[in-house]
Amino acid sequence: MARSPFPKKISDSHKRVDLIFSELPTEKTLQKIIKMTPDRIIRDITDSGLRGRGGAGFPTGRKWTYAREAEGDEKYIICNADEGEPGTFKDREILDRRSGKVFLGMAIAAKAVGANRGFIYLRGEYSYMAKDLLGEIDEFNKLLTSKSVDFKIELRLGAGAYVCGEETALIESMEGHRGEARNKPPFPATVGFRGKPTVVNNVETLVYATMIISIGPKKFEELGTKYSHGAKVFCISGDAGLKGMFELELGMKTDEFVNIFGDGATKAVQVGGASGQCVPRKKFKDTILGFEGVPTGGSMMLFNSSRSMYNVLKNYLEFFTEESCGQCTPCRVGCQQLLRGIEAVKTGRLPNTYLDDLIRVAKTMRITAKCGLGQSVANPFISIVDNFREEMMHF
Amino acid sequence: MIDINAPVTDPGVKNALDKRGNARESLLPILLEVVKENSFLTDTAMKEIAGALDISSAEVFGVASFYEFLPIGYNGKNTIRVCKNISCYIEGKDEIIKAIEDFLKIKAGETTRDGKFTFKTANCLGWCHKGPAMLINDTPHTDLTPEKAIALISEYT
Ligand SMILES: Cc1cc2nc3c(=O)[nH]c(=O)nc-3n(C[C@H](O)[C@H](O)[C@H](O)COP(=O)(O)O)c2cc1C
Ligand code: SF4
Repeated sequence: MARSPFPKKISDSHKRVDLIFSELPTEKTLQKIIKMTPDRIIRDITDSGLRGRGGAGFPTGRKWTYAREAEGDEKYIICNADEGEPGTFKDREILDRRSGKVFLGMAIAAKAVGANRGFIYLRGEYSYMAKDLLGEIDEFNKLLTSKSVDFKIELRLGAGAYVCGEETALIESMEGHRGEARNKPPFPATVGFRGKPTVVNNVETLVYATMIISIGPKKFEELGTKYSHGAKVFCISGDAGLKGMFELELGMKTDEFVNIFGDGATKAVQVGGASGQCVPRKKFKDTILGFEGVPTGGSMMLFNSSRSMYNVLKNYLEFFTEESCGQCTPCRVGCQQLLRGIEAVKTGRLPNTYLDDLIRVAKTMRITAKCGLGQSVANPFISIVDNFREEMMHF
Repeated sequence: MIDINAPVTDPGVKNALDKRGNARESLLPILLEVVKENSFLTDTAMKEIAGALDISSAEVFGVASFYEFLPIGYNGKNTIRVCKNISCYIEGKDEIIKAIEDFLKIKAGETTRDGKFTFKTANCLGWCHKGPAMLINDTPHTDLTPEKAIALISEYT
């Protein structure tokens, strides 16, 4: 299979970026943060145009403003390192190689909103990292104490549940409960951990916050497009000529992306993991990888013409059926029905028009499920069934 | 009935409570600690934890049963988890699973007779670019071939 060498310059318009994994002196950066006012931090983060890198893409400056304005004798910063979305592996690598920049990001958020406790929620699958990470956290906490900064970071481990990446389920889990999502609103920024205002941010978002404070908001804002500022780490897997992690400017077209990372026979790209959208070859040209097009929390899975998209969809539905917390009916029953439904169509027990009924179920889930897990099942379902209907019956 | 003053008999529970305290919020860390020591949770362990935290044992069971990494009732000394999501499928996870099943003479989801291994399939382990991937207990192993997987598992026999 053709293996494309990685070009220095990805395209004329969008290039490779080196912000996330670059080296940064921890103590010097901390000193800079100490001198900044909360207002200044929030202004810089807002001006940079940074949006959450965990999947939902909420403007970070706005989230911090809500938490700052919320009443509370205690406030918390939570770094979401649950990274359960299939196809995503960047947060592990970031914590492994640049944990100091994550801690700094938490300290920046803490200063901005007035928090003095921070937590890193690390997924159970990454517990092999806990020992090193605890040592690094300890060192950082000591540094904070030596500078008289009233902020302390702790590590919490997950125990193998994808839904615990959802921020309110994560908070439930941290409080020692089943990881069942809460109703929103209220959002964690006002009522979060222990009922107090809480900022939940993805690992990568926090590192960008650190870099924005370090290089200034303008340099970040200039990267990417009008609607998708900055860059992000893309995780590339599947039928790819080039696999791994690449930090790229946002806003690239899917066809450019496929030219670089594909294996020459790419027929579809699943953007954003199991809960993301499937972009078929005919839409590569017009689909922008960014908030104005198809956003991703990092996961980019490529499929070539030898793959059955029925198998891909079935794999995703099995995933959701297992990981649904079962708390609300649309998701608990809906996931199972979608899975059984496509199996029935495949084996010919039900006519292919049944797929339209299933699409209606998926649309209902999008509106009625309690949390993002159940709501987003419609993304892969509809985009795969619509674009690869034939394969649902024959391939 | 739970007697909150009853002495804790399970050494794994005792160790976990010593390390993690008995705040309600510490339930998950306590359970993880017990599983690390004892490989799984027994009824007695859950009842004793409930007593120490002054909550119902049903609540402890409810929490434990939610999480994949908190096995209840029985589990092998070592747990093998092979990723079954699509990227690892493309990299050949089916061959890995078959090789392990043949080697351990059990199916995915089962435990060997000698109690040394429980073998499971798992959702994304976060190594999609280096699949197929598996965890043996806490340790990730990537770029597996059937031979490599068996060699790694053999180290635990
Ligand atoms: C089912 C589900 C799983 C999620 N998993 C993660 C995750 O593993 N990591 C993450 O950062 N965000 C995850 N999120 C998004 C979080 O709820 C939340 O939006 C995010 O952590 C906010 O951080 P950000 O604004 O920095 O992106 C998940 C959401 C849902 C619905
Ligand atoms: S949508 Fe699914 S995961 Fe979310 S609360 Fe409902 S059942 Fe649980």
